Amino acid sequence: MSINPDLQGRSYPAAEVYDVGREKIREFAKAVKAGNPAHFDVDAAKALGHSDLVAPPTFAIIIAQRADAQLVEDPESGIDFSRVVHADQRFTHHRAIVAGDKLVAELHVDGVRAMGGGAMITTRSEISTVEGEKVATTTSSILVRGEGQ
Amino acid sequence: MSPTFEELTVGQEIGTRSIDVTRQDLVKYAGASGDFNPIHWNEAFATSVELPGVIAHGMFTMGAAVQLVSDWAGDPAAVVDYQTRFTKPVLVTDTTGTDEAGAVIDVTGVVGALDADARTARIDLTVVAAGLKVLMKSQAVVKVS
Repeated sequence: MSINPDLQGRSYPAAEVYDVGREKIREFAKAVKAGNPAHFDVDAAKALGHSDLVAPPTFAIIIAQRADAQLVEDPESGIDFSRVVHADQRFTHHRAIVAGDKLVAELHVDGVRAMGGGAMITTRSEISTVEGEKVATTTSSILVRGEGQ
Repeated sequence: MSPTFEELTVGQEIGTRSIDVTRQDLVKYAGASGDFNPIHWNEAFATSVELPGVIAHGMFTMGAAVQLVSDWAGDPAAVVDYQTRFTKPVLVTDTTGTDEAGAVIDVTGVVGALDADARTARIDLTVVAAGLKVLMKSQAVVKVS
């Protein structure tokens, strides 16, 4: 099955709400071997001027990859997840993600480019609070390997 | 101590970090991130899709590498932009039951550019495992006081 070129320009509206929890921030911070006290200790985070624990710089990947799943699992996309390779990733933070945030992500398919028998797909997630405050923009390119790639 | 903008110069090294990685670390990252692709924890599956073995999540490497910058900045929220390309996989050998690392990732950060108007520094990271650069154009933009 090949990648559907009509995916370009498609967008998927914000679906489920992601509740940012303190323990998830602590768990993620440990998993990326982050030791900054602002991820673990509320007082340390407050001393830096934050309302609660601060998420590590790549934490938004959890929310972005949930949004990406809508595309990967879309039967019209033609993407075989077992052949997906992550090619590049970017996070632009409009403000820090902190515990207590309720976030949603709107997914945009910005590019679909044929490469050999596969395709490079670029997606963008606009992450905001449920009230509409912009929090982060993430962009990601995945290479879907064709047969023999 | 957090850096101040005036004391920074392009080309200045902000530090280095060496990160030991085990298969258990990849299982932890899978759970924390929700990325359960079996190429990151199952040898038979990884080799069946023509990989040399179990490899680290690119996002594990990206996430761990930036800690050098977070710690240097003092506040992790000072990292306002962070990007990378994933160029080579990090192969993590199975050292379960020993004290050995399955891979070692070495990170070096250098001031790559300064923006006096925005008072930001771009930190360029060099990220190497097994002698190969595993991330390219790995750049973190940091707000500096």
